[in-house]
Amino acid sequence: MLLQQLVNGLTLGAVYTLIALAFSLVMGILSILNLAVGELFMFGGYVGFAVIAAYLPLPIALLAGMAAAAVVSIVIQKIAYEPLRDAPLVTPMLSTLGCSIILQNVVTNVWGSDPLQLPTELFDTRVSLGPVNIGMMQIVVIGVTIVLVGAVAYLIQKTSAGRALRAVAENRDVARLLGVSANRITLLAFLISGCLAGAAGVLIGLHYAAITPYIGVDIGLKAIAVMVIGGTTRVWGALLAGPLIGIAEVLTIAYGGSQVRDLVVYGLMILILLLRPQGLLGGARSDIGQRV
Amino acid sequence: MSTYCAGLFADIGILLLGALSVYIILATGQLSLGNAGFMGIGSYVASYLTVELHWPLTPALIAAALSASIIGIIVGFPALRLKGIYLAIATLGFGEMVRSFFLNFSHMGGSGGYHGMQHVSLGYIWAWAAGILLLLTLLERSRLWLEMRAVHDDETAAGLIGLNTTATKVGAFGFGAAVAAIAGGLFAHHYVYIEPANFGFERSIDFVLAVILGGSTVGAGALLGAALIVLLPEWLRFLADWRLAAFGTLLILVLLTRRQGILDRPLLAKLSFRGKSP
Repeated sequence: MLLQQLVNGLTLGAVYTLIALAFSLVMGILSILNLAVGELFMFGGYVGFAVIAAYLPLPIALLAGMAAAAVVSIVIQKIAYEPLRDAPLVTPMLSTLGCSIILQNVVTNVWGSDPLQLPTELFDTRVSLGPVNIGMMQIVVIGVTIVLVGAVAYLIQKTSAGRALRAVAENRDVARLLGVSANRITLLAFLISGCLAGAAGVLIGLHYAAITPYIGVDIGLKAIAVMVIGGTTRVWGALLAGPLIGIAEVLTIAYGGSQVRDLVVYGLMILILLLRPQGLLGGARSDIGQRV
Repeated sequence: MSTYCAGLFADIGILLLGALSVYIILATGQLSLGNAGFMGIGSYVASYLTVELHWPLTPALIAAALSASIIGIIVGFPALRLKGIYLAIATLGFGEMVRSFFLNFSHMGGSGGYHGMQHVSLGYIWAWAAGILLLLTLLERSRLWLEMRAVHDDETAAGLIGLNTTATKVGAFGFGAAVAAIAGGLFAHHYVYIEPANFGFERSIDFVLAVILGGSTVGAGALLGAALIVLLPEWLRFLADWRLAAFGTLLILVLLTRRQGILDRPLLAKLSFRGKSP
């Protein structure tokens, strides 16, 4: 029972990890909260859902979800972020909120506001590992997450684009003086952020075997907590914090009643912010925030 | 006035108070995304006092405001350690914690909500809203407000010239929380039914949106912002299913063209001097 819960928590945590990374890529580099990430995640999930419902293979669904969310993410960068780059940070946050209102409205109008169910034959395959019964889809969710996080970590730590990204995060003006195109790097950050959010959307669809247009706010807010707990500057922080929160959540539902879980998650987030603002795994000092 | 119009005006009044609660805290350079939490506290405290202890509404509101402002001050102290977006995220967490606390608070209904309040008149709501707006307009002419703006513009410099920045910032949280609590108490006695979901993240965001849309440098901006947020979706009804998308588009357009908000001091001066520049 406990092991089963742990596996469920891990799967949910994997999805949190991806969305937290989507938030932190934009937040770590531009220190703005992109409130559209939650709805990008939901949108990616619906696109993936449409592909699966057309009986196309899973990898195509995943890629379609990622591509769709990435394209929208770039549009958001161009329309809602770039013109407001030097405004107080609440302004771009609210313009991305405008984008998320539009996205949610479009999805509700196209796919309806009722939850959609995925065809169940996909989910029948289960693997037994001793006492634990793992659905095939849970393995897919966790596997895809590990691959994606690995890819992002490689991109940020080892490639020249990643170096440029870190340089802009450290100091935008100096990076520009050294010949880094800050605009292209910003675009790159939004692109990867969109890809990750889209992938997470497809995966949550696989996890719950269903999707609703309102999933973005609930899980998106939780992912902000995961981002803070893991630290905004280290990719691996989210990989630790995601499963941690996922498991904590599943365990509080199983043993403490479903209603305490938000109290636990956000309480932990505030504690981390106050006691260890750089996140569990360290990173840059976070108290150098921009003024509102 | 039709019930429909009265309902809209009541919504504007309550949203105006919520927006002002954000405006007060924002004036010291702190962004709060958790004011719906203070609103929830005010709403539950006021309802408890009027329903269970049979208090009249006005003292209940004042008691609710006081208790929320104590919590606001308690929140304000740790908030001193955080700046910018991290403070915003922490207050977001606070708001969600309050919501989930009331979800677990079975003495007052938990997730099932709470009812039994007496309906309150539109005039009463607006007496509070106008009163607080007037109070803030007077405050804006005071030395205290100058100190708040100084902390907003440059906290280090404000500290160096001898201003007590800690008191200013924490005090702003306490005052803002009190105003949000009054909004909550009025909300509870207007809808006569409350549930924790009324005080979630969307509500906090609505408050911030009203301030930023209307203009974050003048108190009257919150009034314009609150009116727009309540009335725009109504005016856009002819778009049926697409009105929220239109609302989002308009929101982005306003932010792109007037990032300081629709109302600001130059515009106000222009309006009051009939076109002549001050």
